[in-house]
Parts: sequence; C-alpha cells; structure tokens
Amino acid sequence: MTFFYLAPWIVFLPVIGLLINLLFGDRFSERVVGTIASLASGLAFLVSVLLAFSLTQHPDAVRWTIGEWIHIGTLQLDWTFRVDTLSTTMMLVVSGVGTLIHVYAIGYMHEDVRFKGDLQRYRRFFVYLNLFIAAMMVLVSGDSYLMLFVGWEGVGLCSFLLIGFWFEMDTLGRPSWANSDAAKKAMIANRIGDFGFLIASFLIFWAFGSLQFDQVFQQAPTIATSNPGLIMAITLFLLLGVTGKSAQIPLFVWLPDAMAGPTPVSALIHAATMVTAGVYLVTRSAALYVTVPAAQYIVALVGAITALFAATIAVGQFDIKKVLAYSTISQLGFMVAGVGMGAFGAGMFHLVTHAFFKALLFLSAGSVILGMERGHHHLAHAHHDEKQDKGRKKKEEKGRGNEHEEVFDPNDMRNMGGLRRTMPVTFWVYLIGTLALAGIWPFAGFWSKDEILANAFSRGFPVVYWLLTVAAFFTAFYMGRQIWLVFFGKPRHEAAAHAEESPRVITVPLMILAALSLVGGALNLPNVETLSHWLEGTVAFIKPVEFQMNVALISTGLALLAILISWLLYGRKPLKAREKDPLRKMLGPVFTGMERKWFVDEIYWALFLDRYVDVARFTADVIDGKFWHDWFHEQVILGAYNWLSGTALNRYADQLGIDAFFNSLGQWMKDLASGLRRAQNGFVRSYALFVLIGVVAILGYLIFK
Amino acid sequence: MSAELIAFIVLALVAVATALGMLFSRSAVYSALFLVLNFGTVAVFYLLLNAPFIAMAQVSVYAGAVMVLFLFVIMLLGTEVLPPSKALPWQRPLAISLAVILFGEAIYLLFVRRAASGDVPQPIQTFGSPQDIGRALFTSYLLPFEITSVLLLIAMVGAIVLTVREKGK
Amino acid sequence: MVPVTYYVALSAVLFTIGALGVLIRRNPLIIFMSIELMLNAANLAFIVFARLYSLLEGQIFVFFVMTVAAAEVAVGLALIVTIFRTRHSINIDDMNSLKG
Repeated sequence: MTFFYLAPWIVFLPVIGLLINLLFGDRFSERVVGTIASLASGLAFLVSVLLAFSLTQHPDAVRWTIGEWIHIGTLQLDWTFRVDTLSTTMMLVVSGVGTLIHVYAIGYMHEDVRFKGDLQRYRRFFVYLNLFIAAMMVLVSGDSYLMLFVGWEGVGLCSFLLIGFWFEMDTLGRPSWANSDAAKKAMIANRIGDFGFLIASFLIFWAFGSLQFDQVFQQAPTIATSNPGLIMAITLFLLLGVTGKSAQIPLFVWLPDAMAGPTPVSALIHAATMVTAGVYLVTRSAALYVTVPAAQYIVALVGAITALFAATIAVGQFDIKKVLAYSTISQLGFMVAGVGMGAFGAGMFHLVTHAFFKALLFLSAGSVILGMERGHHHLAHAHHDEKQDKGRKKKEEKGRGNEHEEVFDPNDMRNMGGLRRTMPVTFWVYLIGTLALAGIWPFAGFWSKDEILANAFSRGFPVVYWLLTVAAFFTAFYMGRQIWLVFFGKPRHEAAAHAEESPRVITVPLMILAALSLVGGALNLPNVETLSHWLEGTVAFIKPVEFQMNVALISTGLALLAILISWLLYGRKPLKAREKDPLRKMLGPVFTGMERKWFVDEIYWALFLDRYVDVARFTADVIDGKFWHDWFHEQVILGAYNWLSGTALNRYADQLGIDAFFNSLGQWMKDLASGLRRAQNGFVRSYALFVLIGVVAILGYLIFK
Repeated sequence: MSAELIAFIVLALVAVATALGMLFSRSAVYSALFLVLNFGTVAVFYLLLNAPFIAMAQVSVYAGAVMVLFLFVIMLLGTEVLPPSKALPWQRPLAISLAVILFGEAIYLLFVRRAASGDVPQPIQTFGSPQDIGRALFTSYLLPFEITSVLLLIAMVGAIVLTVREKGK
Repeated sequence: MVPVTYYVALSAVLFTIGALGVLIRRNPLIIFMSIELMLNAANLAFIVFARLYSLLEGQIFVFFVMTVAAAEVAVGLALIVTIFRTRHSINIDDMNSLKG
C-alpha cells in the first residue's frame, strides 16, 4: 500500500509546529516548546520514510497537487508535490538530520539564551527552525522550477533570520552590528545567486514554454540540438544560483560569516541542508546539463577550485567553527564537482554522508564551545567570590566576557586544549566525525569522497581529479590539526581546564550522528551502489563507475600522511598558551594569506562594495541632498510657494487688492456718514425745512406725473 | 360782481394781511393779536359757507380760548425781541423759495389744471346747523367724539404733569 | 356763490404763510401760532369742500380738528413753559441738544 497522499504533510507538519509555538509558545516551558518543534520535524521524517517506502512499491514519480497557483496564458503552474527517489532522498536527509538537530538545540539553546541573557528568545529559535524545515521541504518536493524557487527563497530568509538571531551583538555577546551584518551578507550574496536562478528560469520558460520539470526535461534533447547556446546560458545561470546557495566561488563569502549564528543553525543550514540545495538543483536539472558538456566542465572546475581554495584557508583558521565552515565550502566543492562531472550518484552520496558527519562535527563543536563557556562561567564565579572575600574595594562588575582583562572567546582553539579528559563523549564523537571527513576507511566519508575521485579519474577529468586530491590532503591535515589543538595537550586557558561535559540531550544526538557517520558508507558501496540505483529512477544519467583501487589507495595514503604531518606539528609537542602556530614560522606570508582567507573580503570590498557605497553616497548626498532637496525643494518649490503666498497672494491680492478695496469702501462709508451727519444739526427749523422740502417734492411729483 | 364776491375779496385781503402781520411782527403780542383777527375773519368765511356751528366754535375755541392761552404764555415768558440769528444763514432764502414753490404748485393746480372747479349746488337750508352737527356727532361719529374727550383728558393731565413743580425745587 | 377755486387759493395762501412762519421765526410761540394758522387754512378747505359736495363730514372733521388743536396747544404751551424754565431762553436755535 502506498502513502503518497501524505506528501503535503512534510510541509504542513513543520508549519503547524511553528504556528503552535508562535501563538501559544509563551505559555509553555522551554522543554515543551523544543519538544513540539522536534516532534513536528520528527513526524515529517516519518512521513518521508512512508513516502520512500511507497516508492519501493511504486517506483515511478508521483505528482500530488493540492491547489492551483498560476494560470496565465501559457504559464500553467500548480502547488504540486513531487515524490520521486531524488526528492525523497533529500527529504529524508533534511528531516532526519533536522530532527536530531532540533533535539540537540533543546539543550544547546537552553544554555545559550542564559549566556546571552534573553530567555524569551528561546521560543523564537524553534519557530525559525521549523520554518526552515518547511521551506526546505518545499524546495526539495517542488514539481517546478518556480516552486523550487519559493523554497529556495524561503531557506534564504530563514538563513538570514537564524544567522542574525542574536542580531544586536557579536559572537562574544558585546553590543555590535557584527551579527546583523553577517545576516545581511548572507542575504545579499544569496540574492546575487537568486538573480542567476531567476534569469535561468526566464530562459527556461522562453525556451521550453513551461517551468514544470517533466515538461522541461522531455524537451531538453530537442531544444539542445536546435539551440545549444540557450541551454548553455540556462545552465550557467543556474550555476550562478548554485554558487550563491552552495557557497562556491565567487559567492561563498557569506558562509564563514554565517558562523555568527548559534551552532545548531550552522549545523542544520550551513552544513547539512540549505547549502546542499545547489547540488540538488544541478542533480535535478541533469537532463539539461548532460546536453552541454562544456557547461558541465565549467561546473566541475568551479567545484574543484573552490574545494582546494577553501581547504587552504581552513588550515590557517583559529576559530573552531570557521575551520568547519571552510571545510563545508570545500566539501560542497567536492559535491558540485561530482555532479558537474555527471557523477550524480556520487555527488548525492557525498551529500548524504557529508550531512551526517558535518552536522556531527558542528554539533560537537557546539558542545565544545558550551563546555568552554561553562568552564569560563565557573571561573568567573570563583574569581568573583575571591574578590568578594578580599574585600569589596573593586567594583568590577563587567559583562560575562570581561571578568579578565582581555575578552574571552570560547570559540578560539588557542584557548582550548586537553578537552579529551574533561569532555570524553564529545571527544570520541568528534574523532569519528574527523575520520569520516578525512576519508579514512571504513568511515562514511571514505566511500563517498572516493567515489567522486574515482569518477573524476575514470571519466577523464584529470585537472578536477588532481585539484580534488590535493584538497583531500589539506582536509585531512586541518582536521588533524584541529583534533590535536582542541583535545590533546594541556589546557591553554583556565576556562578549558574547568570545562564540563554537555548534558545527554546534547550528547545523544551526537552519538546517533556518529553511528551514521560510521556506517553511512553502506548506502552506496561500490559494485552494490544502492543509492545510485535508487536515484536512477529519477535521474536517468547515473552511470556508476568501477571501483578504482589505485584511487582509493592514493587518497587514503595522502590522508594518513596529512594526519601524520599534523601530529608532528601539533600533536607531538602540544602548543602552550600564547605560543605561535608553528606553521606561521614555516610558511610565513603564505600562512598569513591562509589565515586572512586570501583577503577575499578585502578584495570584494575594494572592487565592488566600496564602489557601490560611493554610488549610494553620491545619489544620497549629491543627487538627493544637494539637487533634489537643497535646490529643487528649497529653492524651486518652497521658493515658489513662499513667493506665491507671501508676495503674490499676500501683498498683491490680499493687501493691495482686497484689503484696499474694502478699507476704502469702509472709509468712503465713514465719510458719507460723517457728511450726512451734518444734517442732524439739532436745529428745529432745519428739520422743519426738510419736511417742507419733502412735501413740496411729493406734491410736485403728484402734480406733474 | 356780486355782493358775495366783493365780500369775499375784502375778507380775503384782511385775512392775508393779518396773516402777514402775524408773520412779520417784531413783538409776539402783536403777532398774537393779528392771529386773533385772522381767526375772526375765517369765522366769517365759515358763516358764508353754511357752517354756522363751526363758525361759532372757531370764535369761541380758537379765537377765544386758544389765543388767550397764547397771550398768557407770551406774557409769562417775556416779550423781548430776539436778535437776528447767527445760525443757519442759508435757511431763510431756502425757506422763502420753498414757500414760493409751494404756492406756485398750488396755483398751478387750481388754475391750470382746474382741480377744484365745478358747479356749486345750493345746499339745503339746515345744512351745517347745530342740529345737524349734533345729530351726526352723536350717531355716526359717536366713537370719535368720545375718544376726543379722552384725548382732552390726556392733554389736561399732560399739561399739569409737565408744569407742576415739586416741593422744594 | 364765489367759485371754490378762490377759496382753495386763499387756503393755500394762508397755509403758505403759516409754513413760512414755521421756518423763519425763531420764537417758539410764533412758530406755534403759525402752526395754528396752517391748521386753520386746512379747516377752511374742508369747509369749502363740504359746502361743495353738501357733505356734513367736512364740518364734522373740522370740529375734531379744532378739538385736537386745542388739546395740542395746551400741551405744547406747557412744554414751552417747561423748556423756558430750564433754559431761560425762547430762541428755538438754542434748543439744539438733539444735535447728531
């Protein structure tokens, strides 16, 4: 029996969850709010499972319409949910990992709102999270490019809302524009990508007469032969959208800044789900891409270059989340390169496994950060008590981060060290995640990353292959570096020495994700290729390649070599407090370039953003201020009006015209009256005379009538 | 030239002369006396016009009572001759011209337009007799008659009120 | 009998003289007397027309006129006496306090 009729509930359940929390959440306790949100996401996962199960019974794609949307001329679009193997894969990843992150967030946000000092904001977080799940579900289950775009925009909005969750502060809790600037950066970079997506949509409609997937993909071959340039343009504009949403060159700059958001946000949106939307888009549009091999090569190249570029930057980062952020960009480069080469199965496989271990890594990093905060908090209280005991001379009641002279950054790996002893569970899951990411057998990352490399090798993309291989080397290196710096050696800061393990509500999702990272490789083992066959139903171009032993050996060997080098540098002689990174001495300016992300942001500012600010300032100050306001408004309009009312109307019309007339009228009346008054002279004789004059006059009139 | 006409002309001349005399006299007493004479002349005219009762009333009321009252007051107020007026110099010529115009209009009416011409019938013998007057007064014109008596009462009261002096003034 | 026109002409002459007296003389008593002259002239006209049309109404009217004139003389003279008491002058030009 099939459950396709449940398709709309993948969107409705999270919406219901967010509405309940939005309308009634202020009456619930934190636990209840978090549980409602997690339940909504969990039930959506259940529905996804049922849909996947239904597809095993009925492999062809099912389209479930719930209402009309646009019917204008030749554009006919409805709100249609598409249940096929590709969309259910995405649904399962999003809702599955999403539910685990919801549960994690119950514990994480409980501590975060207390560190930041705003308990009321707890509910808002879960409303936004559910909104994100709903939007992402719309994205993956949409049956047309336009419905996909609705979800695309929706996740962009949620990304903005969640990155800027603590909008009035920076990551250390000080009042600042930093977090809201990061949110704006994400929105703007995404917008540029969206522009590409929109142009592509217009071109698709123009070429194919429709935006609905089936109709477009059926016509793809014919249009490709008649107008290949058009398809090339479409695919390249879609690529622009992908670089925006999936953080590839040139629009990746928002993702590192997005680490300003709470860690569950980084895990869910910027590791597991939203950033994979671009990969999903290319996979979905496979029918278009395979007709233009040149565009495919460009996609693969963009992915590969991004992978290496980001990996080099990750080597020089000291913030624990920034390392993972650049790692995400790098791994997304792997995925984009995979689907660009036409290895859609491999790309999607890596998407799934990456969701597991990157979410794991981010959440564990969150656990580490919380542990550091807890340690710092205890430290502050201890110091405070000491000071109180010593006498209350010093009234230094500054904020949380200012108990010591310098500002304390819980994210900075230079403050950590030796957390293996104080936070064991976190250590072990982090280690599993690291091994998976580095691509060590038998963890999940080995299988998926290897398949991409094998595809690059077999399909004849040598440049891509070498770029990705070097990126894999760096990946293993920086993850090793991170492990040695964070968990081994001696604590380099008192807060690290007092760090505490996180509660179960946080560690249990970590353990589940760790298990998935361990066994996730089974999804698509070579020669078995479960996932590829599953996806073949939808994307007909999946041609899995043979397992290449030499590729596997090279990649594993390089990874182990990288970990060895990292141990030599950071593990053998652990860094002490305030000691410089050894790579700085070795690489010098190269390390500075890596640490300063190759000055990408500075270049962008100088090339584009400052110019834009100049234009904006020009239009505001000169055109709007000087011309329109100072001249046109003040001189012309106001001047004319003042002249009109002051001179024209006041002086001429009113004073000289009306006043003069009526004043003279009154004066004349006065003169007339004073003239006539002389008849009242009081003399009886003159009165009598007037009477007689009257008599004579009347008589004369009567006579001579 | 009948006798009536001659009588009329003589009496008319007397009337006009006495009127003028009243007008131009310096002394108020002379003016009053001239007026008495005038009233007497007019009374004779009334007789000629078959109004014997009215004639007698004229003599007794007007010439007898009213003029006597006038003379009383003239004596009371003193009879000094007023100096020529300093005010309203324009009034005298204007008044005279007006009077002339008025007279001219009247003459014009009478003699050019012949306003009051026509044959005069002979009245009955008792026309204007006291019996006739009395009959009319006490039947048709009873109301005006009575009101007139009230009027006279008012006049009396008024005269007294106006002239009474409060004690101690 | 004498034509009515002559009588009415005489009445007009007397009336005119009386009007002139009202206008020109400054002694209030003379003015009053001139008013009486004017009334008299009117009376004469009434009687003449009564005779002309053989209507007694003319004479009745003259009767009433005489009565009213008498009453008016009484009050008027009382007024003049009162005014003389306060102003001590019988020049009508001195009684100009109604001047506007």
